Amino acid sequence: MDVVVWIVEGTWRACAHAARTFAPPSSRIVLLHVTAPDVPGAAHGAFAGLLGRGHPERDPGHQVEELAEVAAQHLLAVAAAELDLPATAVNRHGRPEEEVIAAAEGAGLLIIARDGDRTRLGPKSLGHATRFVVDHAPCPVLLVWPEQAPGIASIPPPPR
Amino acid sequence: MSVVLLVAVLAFAVVRPRGWPEAVAAVPAALVVLATGAISVPHAVAEVERLAPVVAFLAAVLVLARLCADEGLFEAAGSLMARLCSGSPKRLLGSVFGVAAAITAVLSLDATVVLLTPVVFATASRLGARPKPHVYACTHLANSASLLLPVSNLTNLLAFTAAGISFTRFAGLMALPWLAAIAVEYAVFRLFFASDLAAGADAGLPVPPRKAPTFVLVVLGLTLVGFAVTSPLGVDPAWAAFGGALVLGVRALVRRTTTPRALFGSTSVPFLVFVLALGVVVRAVVDNGLSDAVGHLIPTGSTLLALLGLAAVAAVLANLINNLPAVLVLLPLAASGGTGAVLAVLIGVNIGPNLTYVGSLATLLWRRILHQHDTSADLGEFTRLGLLTVPVSLVLAVLGLWAGLTVIGG
Repeated sequence: MDVVVWIVEGTWRACAHAARTFAPPSSRIVLLHVTAPDVPGAAHGAFAGLLGRGHPERDPGHQVEELAEVAAQHLLAVAAAELDLPATAVNRHGRPEEEVIAAAEGAGLLIIARDGDRTRLGPKSLGHATRFVVDHAPCPVLLVWPEQAPGIASIPPPPR
Repeated sequence: MSVVLLVAVLAFAVVRPRGWPEAVAAVPAALVVLATGAISVPHAVAEVERLAPVVAFLAAVLVLARLCADEGLFEAAGSLMARLCSGSPKRLLGSVFGVAAAITAVLSLDATVVLLTPVVFATASRLGARPKPHVYACTHLANSASLLLPVSNLTNLLAFTAAGISFTRFAGLMALPWLAAIAVEYAVFRLFFASDLAAGADAGLPVPPRKAPTFVLVVLGLTLVGFAVTSPLGVDPAWAAFGGALVLGVRALVRRTTTPRALFGSTSVPFLVFVLALGVVVRAVVDNGLSDAVGHLIPTGSTLLALLGLAAVAAVLANLINNLPAVLVLLPLAASGGTGAVLAVLIGVNIGPNLTYVGSLATLLWRRILHQHDTSADLGEFTRLGLLTVPVSLVLAVLGLWAGLTVIGG
């Protein structure tokens, strides 16, 4: 079976460790990174806002696109080294939550990390993209804490 | 007819058919308004005489920024930000704010958008941090942190000339609005991007240490001092910018780190010509009834309420047509209201564009039609961020301006 591991800046290491621990020995591991167009898009947009400057070759968005590609390949390489098991690295382009769902189609397991408020247990520990993936995943999901999970004492008392 | 021409000039500048410079439409349009008598020759000459020093000043600042980039100032800024943050995305955001605010103020918003943004992305991703909050901070601060000095934005240079105040008085009156706008942006960014900033930074590559180019920093410092001391002496502060650009330019030519051609290219002559021609066309529109038509929509006086109203009108207009034509249209109308009115317009046109990340709805619509790559950016998210920062920044910045006017006077 395929095990898809979503590699995201900041929280990827916990997912790589989870893959080492929980992926069955015979499984094919896919390290998935998604490069979102929004960051280069914002740079393109800021340049477009400078009316009259001409010189499309000075548009910083192009440079950011190239840098994003290099950064994604680097992150996948570091994650592959941390995983230290045979794995395929895939970099997709698009809205992260949609690309992860598409990549998880037919997979036997999807491994992702919490990326919201990680100081207490609760719904806010899921960011927007992770929430979408958990809600729409077409396969079993393993949701890990990027570091030691907070104790159950962090759950606020029920309202009276 | 002038209005039709103005719309055509702006449409051309947004569409840029075949990648032609914007001046290709603006110059003939200026000649047409002149030939048809929509603007009198003395008025056109007066407009060009008024704008020419502004444009020359701008050219000097653009050259200065390019020379600073050639000397590695921006890489040094990247290395400084990496050192200051020591692996924490929250501290990185703080240092991005500091650096972007300083660079926008001194070297203009063009420097932040074109030269600093890629460096910030590279720094964040080498540290292993999520780059989005930091890159968005650059695009937002390029607008909202461009309030401080006349050189920070072309709109400021235009308002500075219209207000007829000294460089230091401008900076004094705009210091509080500048700080208020940056503070609002910082508070909103910390909340809006809380999860990205909390995600940490892991296993990035080391950011190569780059020493700050001392000579460049000293020249920039002296240029700033020059800005401050020229005004009281009755000398145009543009000379200080020329001086700074000259020193760095000659040094770079002697050391063969640049060529005369590259230096000339960095002045963006077509852009300067575009600004002059656009100024003439806008003046024709204003002369031919726009001041009567719009005049009554514009709040007058320098009460706090009037200043807030002016800033709001300016922000709306900037979002409809881009802030450069907006400020050209509004300045002649606001100038009668005195320094406070002019600076309130400036606050509106500088902070306003953060609502639409391409500077105006007109540009946005066109780029949507073209399906250009940047339209895949998350428009909803960017607009939500703008709605959270822009109205509050506008109000607090105008309050700051009003306080400044009360304390140091217009």
